[in-house]
Amino acid sequence: MKETVDQEGKGSPAQGTYLEESVPETISLKGLTKYYGRMRGIEGVDLTVDRGEFFGFIGPNGAGKSTTIRLLLGLVKPTGGEARIFGMDVEKDREKILSAVGYLPAEASFYPGMRVKDVLELSAGLREKSDRLKSDRLKIAKSCRETAGELCGRLHLDPSRKVEELSFGNRKKVAIVCALQHNPKLLILDEPTSGLDPLMQKEFFEILRERNQAGTTIFLSSHILSEVQHNCTRAAIIREGRIIACDRVEALYRTGIKRVGIHGRVDLSRLSGVQDLQRIGEETLNFLYGGEMKPLLAVLAKGEVHDLTMTEPDLEEMFLHDFQEGNT
Amino acid sequence: MKILKHELRQGRTACLIWTAIITFLMIVCIFLFPEMKGEMEEVGDIFASMGSFTAAFGMDRLNMGTLVGFYGIECGNVLGLGGAFFAALTGVSMLAKEERNGTVEFLMTHPVSRVRVVTQKLIAAAVQILFLNLIILCFSLLSVALIRELIPWKEILLLHLAYFLLQLELAGLCFGISAFLRRGGVGVGLGLAVMAYFLNLIANLTEKAGFLRYVTPFAYCEAAQILTEGRLNFRLVLVGMVFMGIGIAAAYIRYCRKDLMA
Repeated sequence: MKETVDQEGKGSPAQGTYLEESVPETISLKGLTKYYGRMRGIEGVDLTVDRGEFFGFIGPNGAGKSTTIRLLLGLVKPTGGEARIFGMDVEKDREKILSAVGYLPAEASFYPGMRVKDVLELSAGLREKSDRLKSDRLKIAKSCRETAGELCGRLHLDPSRKVEELSFGNRKKVAIVCALQHNPKLLILDEPTSGLDPLMQKEFFEILRERNQAGTTIFLSSHILSEVQHNCTRAAIIREGRIIACDRVEALYRTGIKRVGIHGRVDLSRLSGVQDLQRIGEETLNFLYGGEMKPLLAVLAKGEVHDLTMTEPDLEEMFLHDFQEGNT
Repeated sequence: MKILKHELRQGRTACLIWTAIITFLMIVCIFLFPEMKGEMEEVGDIFASMGSFTAAFGMDRLNMGTLVGFYGIECGNVLGLGGAFFAALTGVSMLAKEERNGTVEFLMTHPVSRVRVVTQKLIAAAVQILFLNLIILCFSLLSVALIRELIPWKEILLLHLAYFLLQLELAGLCFGISAFLRRGGVGVGLGLAVMAYFLNLIANLTEKAGFLRYVTPFAYCEAAQILTEGRLNFRLVLVGMVFMGIGIAAAYIRYCRKDLMA
């Protein structure tokens, strides 16, 4: 089952060297649980992310997104369950796994006194393998430098600047280059766009799409649902440490719930399936409706309706409502 | 060796500042000796009549009028305290600073093992301490030569060796503590160094507190003992090295198991 593929000096040399090519799941979590003392991190998380997927991981603050990522990266030890990446155990094979993983933290911190290029060199250097031939190491370093140079250009990042002089957004760009310069097989992104201006966000997602098309698996953790909706093929929603839904993105928001807007006078008191009811002035109503169409039409027929709109709610709308009400 | 090089680069400024300050104070002390030599003979009786405090600083067994006696007490205190502070601060911040500064996510999401991180950080601390001591020794010897005194090689080398071992022990202990900390550490490091210094004074004040000599590394740096016996107290050194070993072992065990939070 386990097959270690060593790409020493071949193909894309900076890429991970130990990959379980025979394992279809890039990420596999089974009953993964983490408690910090008595505090709940995550509980019994089951999740699989297939090779080449662009996977979204959605949840409000404190839901367990960062804990899951920390467990995947081996920063914290699980209380129970198992986590595997490329078919390998995240604890036992941590270094092999990390050689093929790029991680973009929500808030990037770097060592003081360093220039951007020093940070990028340090990051590339920490990925060097001492058991490789010097010529291979030089080749890998050159490949990293070239990729980093290209990314710095696309993200308008000046490598000669000192990291402590950089704005939050520019520090984020440094972290992006660090995460991507070695052409990882798996990208783990935690709130990746915070601090980036809209143009940079666009460029960043363009880069991600290119990488994804080239075969990189992307695990995108975010509370910005539009990011997930527009970029991911599949997504999981985590709440209070548990996965409450995991499906294709379209399926997650095609649940039959409609956003209904009415201009007029209607009595909704006897209609079941109404959520998130908002009254704007005397004659404007707006609500999410998850019941049958017939009763809704009957209520509307009895009332005085001047205008009616019925739209499919976006993921963000559903998500916010569900988490506020806790009724998902 | 990337982490080692990186640590040495990161700690370069602090190490150079501490080295410069302690070296400067050592040079000042040594250059004061010719002027104070005559006066020391006169004040020797005063020092000898200070009761327990004379013993606390070892002045009952050392002649401040001689270079080795003066060097052992004055320069010993400068190197002893200064070196202890530097070693404690270096050791206590080495691991904890990654979590304190949020850089642990950067470092530990690269394919480096925790053992490798601990080992290279430990070596970095030892290299910095070695550098500090070598520079201080060189400038101290040069200063002694410049005041036209005969260099008491054996005594000076033994004293410097003792202080080097003291710093290694404190750094090792603080390194162990560092693995348990997430924030701060400076107070703990300095507190430990100051406590060790005063425990030695207390141990010298009364025989009842003699057992404290096995606790504090300053005990095997006693200039009076080293200069009168011409050797280090190996039993105390051995106990100190065991403490250092415990600190280092604790660092490995704790750091390899702990949850790392930014």
